[in-house]
Amino acid sequence: MTPTEYEYLRKFLKDNSGLDLSADKQYLIESRLLPLARKAGLSGIAELVQKLQAGSRALITDVVEAMTTNETFFFRDKVPFDHFRDHIMPEVIKARAGKRSVRIWCAAGSTGQEPYSLAMCLKEMSAALTGWRVEIIATDLSQEVLEKAKAGVYSQFEVQRGLPIQMLVKHFKQIGETWQINPELRAMVQHRQLNLLHDFAQLGTFDVIFCRNVLIYFDQGTKINIFNRLARQIEPDGFLVLGAAETVVGLTDTFRPIAERRGLYRPNDPRAAAAKPVLAAVAPRMAAMAGR
Amino acid sequence: MKTCLVVDDSSVVRKIARRILEGLEFEVTEAEDGSKALEICRRKLPDAVLLDWNMPVMDGFEFMGHMRRLPGGDQPKVVFCTTENNVAHIAQALSGGANEYIMKPFDKDIIADKFAEVGLIPVGQAMV
Repeated sequence: MTPTEYEYLRKFLKDNSGLDLSADKQYLIESRLLPLARKAGLSGIAELVQKLQAGSRALITDVVEAMTTNETFFFRDKVPFDHFRDHIMPEVIKARAGKRSVRIWCAAGSTGQEPYSLAMCLKEMSAALTGWRVEIIATDLSQEVLEKAKAGVYSQFEVQRGLPIQMLVKHFKQIGETWQINPELRAMVQHRQLNLLHDFAQLGTFDVIFCRNVLIYFDQGTKINIFNRLARQIEPDGFLVLGAAETVVGLTDTFRPIAERRGLYRPNDPRAAAAKPVLAAVAPRMAAMAGR
Repeated sequence: MKTCLVVDDSSVVRKIARRILEGLEFEVTEAEDGSKALEICRRKLPDAVLLDWNMPVMDGFEFMGHMRRLPGGDQPKVVFCTTENNVAHIAQALSGGANEYIMKPFDKDIIADKFAEVGLIPVGQAMV
């Protein structure tokens, strides 16, 4: 994509949807618009831009929708929820056996599918959590989105994305053409409005933070700033879960990836970082020993 | 290549389903009612059945009962695909041996999600 094309799309999206992309969102545009261009039988972004400039009505709608639709469905990407059930929660249950309390934050809770997916996971393991205090805090920028999350009412289309049929029957009640998640699960989630750019220290500290598919919208400096502030809200033995296309690598050393578990990170011990000079002092001695 | 038997009395629905399933790399056969579907299954069982409920001659639920009693008939994954969208029907289908359940209307994403759910296609493929 040429800079001219990018600038055109930026302005086009600002004018048509209010979406305000910073100067470095080429990746986001390509990942959303290339599939759309191909589907429309176009060779790529360049031809798509030409069509938009020529005023193709149908394409204008498609492009705006592709860029602004926040795809969110139950158990999105599956893998993070497998991690949650098979790795994160068993560790948390062990580590917090004395306290019997777990706090989870969905930092981009959107319309509720992610926090409710976690609530369903926890419900399925309720035998291991008897007598535990379980908190799920779901935050989102948009009040409108939060209202939908709170109501927990989903269309027939929405409940068929990612949600196994057994879970639908077990955890939802049918109301006309829609499905509402059961009161028991709704009660497990607290919804709060929050802009990640603002201070979030008041939320307290968490054992698990899900922060998926939201940081892609921010520039590098903002990402680093958010990671560093997330690190202050996470327990030293906590877990951070990012989206499939996101990473801390190259941005911050406050978190480290967990091998073999894509999207899963743990906070680095700040004391370990402080201990680096000690390691440096040890290294020459080891080299000397090796030389013997 | 995995095989999928599409059972629906609407030729339009069968055509749409075929297009989607071929996109997911299934070899597709079609039947317009449960009885014809059962004949096909007696010759060779498919890996998957996408199954309408209400059809002339033999409905989808009755077909599933007969198919499940065939030798090896417990193997195919049965995904209902019907306008019957209430809990009673879903519960009946599941207790009768269905693996998943799609409420019409459906699209490619729903089929891909449900087929991934029962292990007919890898999860990653459902994301495309």
